Parts: sequence; structure tokens; C-alpha cells
Amino acid sequence: MARPQILSAWLGAAGLTVAALAAAPAAAATTPGELLSGYRVAAGNAAAAPERGQRLFTATHGREWSCASCHGSAPTQAGRHASTGKPIGALAPAFNPERFTDPAKVEKWFRRNCNDVMGRECTPAEKADVMAWLMSLKP
Amino acid sequence: MRTIPLPLRRRLVAILGALALLPLAAPVQADDDRAARVPLLPKYQQECAACHLAYPPGLLPAASWQRLMGNLPQHFGTDASLDAATVKELGQWLQAHAAQPRRSKVGAAAPPEDRITRSAWFLREHREITPATWARPAIKSAANCAACHTRADQGDFDERHIRIPR
Repeated sequence: MARPQILSAWLGAAGLTVAALAAAPAAAATTPGELLSGYRVAAGNAAAAPERGQRLFTATHGREWSCASCHGSAPTQAGRHASTGKPIGALAPAFNPERFTDPAKVEKWFRRNCNDVMGRECTPAEKADVMAWLMSLKP
Repeated sequence: MRTIPLPLRRRLVAILGALALLPLAAPVQADDDRAARVPLLPKYQQECAACHLAYPPGLLPAASWQRLMGNLPQHFGTDASLDAATVKELGQWLQAHAAQPRRSKVGAAAPPEDRITRSAWFLREHREITPATWARPAIKSAANCAACHTRADQGDFDERHIRIPR
């Protein structure tokens, strides 16, 4: 009767390996709070100002689109891409727990979207302001 | 011996020629439908479908995909830039699954501005859609396939699954 035991041991080991592999990407994950502190440090430890973030988010900056053109001026709800109409999930992390948990994704979208809205990349201070505002939005 | 007068003979040849082409029409259509259902590379889905439908790669010729992937920072008016490794991976997959000129209606010629929606076949198949319909808030753009093609995200553009929103 040793065989079933070996089999179950093997299955258990395989299961652990799969679980470990599945958990691996989570190691790179972050939280909105960690990201915000990272941007604040990069901005020379300046305090983030949510109201400044809101202004940046809802105003246009010499171009056609603002952040709100796609995300909506209340990013607690889903938005829609201004040209393709594709739905965009809520941006405020309290309303969409996936948001601001993947540093590479956050940087990619700040880079692209600041470029579309402002014609340049955002500074760490601007990113901190916008994040502080988004994180202040609660259900 | 009587011969068929030349103009009539020409007409006969034309008719026979047209008949010979008929059986070919159906397989071409079938190939297009199949081409639209190529399983999507997960990374293509992840990156490109963040902003728009993951357009089936067979809807554009290889040359169009090559230009699009070479110019992502200026992608139809928006910055869609990606890291170099991802651009390479997606580009290779798109080249491998781009329209096959001889087997699909998409053909080898790149549409103006490499826009799927300006392809001759696209305009032909949507010629009954009025400008007012395109402008409906739920549609907004010809690029918004899924507004009417309810299974477009699965690469299924079959007429049976079209529902045009009011």
C-alpha cells in the first residue's frame, strides 16, 4: 500500500510548486500607499496635495484631452476611452482594488497618459498629487 | 462548319469564367472567418485590448502591422508606447498572423493610414450603416467593433451576433 502514499506525496509537492509559481508575480506587487511614498521621496519629500492632484486631473493642459476625458471627473466610476469608447475601470483604488498594485503598469500609464494630456511626462510631485487625490476618494 | 460569332463567344467565356470563380467565393469567406478566430496571444490581449478591441491580426496586411508597431508612441493620436521586448514579441506574432493576401478579402494592399476601418472590404461590408448610426453614443466610432458585433472580443464577427444599439 506504499504506492498511493508516494502518489499523494508527489501530488502534494506538485501542488506546492504550482502554488509557489502562482504566488511569484505577487512578490512584485505593491500598494497605492507604497507607490505614493515612492513618488514623494522622488519629489524631495514634498507633501502631496490632493486638491492640486484633482486640478491637474480635471483640467486640460494645452491639448484636447484631460485625464478626466477618459477616466471621468469622478474616477470612482468606470470611464470610457475618449476615442475608442472602450470602458475603463474605476481609477480610485477604493473602488477598484487592482489599481496601483503593479509598479510597471502604473509607470507605463503615467508615461503614456501624461504625454497625451500634457505633451510631456509628469514629475514625481505631480504623480504624488494625483495619487493622493485618488486615494482620498472613499465609498 | 458554323462558328459562334465573336462577341457572343466573348460573353460565353466571361460567363463560364464567372461560374468557375463561384465555388472559390465560399472558401475565401470561410478563411476570413477562421482567420478572425486565431487564438489571441495573451500579451496582445493584455496590452492592446486595454484601449480597444483586440483586433484580429488577419484584418490588416503584414506591412500595416509593421508600421503600426514601429510607431506606437504616435498611435492614432495617442501615446501607446511599450517596452522594446514587448514591441518585438507582439510584432512577431502579428507578422505571423497578418492577412494572407491570396486567401482573404483583406488582401495585400495596406488601407489608408493603416486603418482597418478604411479598408475597401470594411467600407463595403458596412455600406448600409448611416452616418447617424455611427454617431450614436453607444457606437461613437467605427473602431468600436464590439458595440454591434457582440462577440467581437472572441474574434466572432458573424452576422448572427450583430445587435446595433439604439
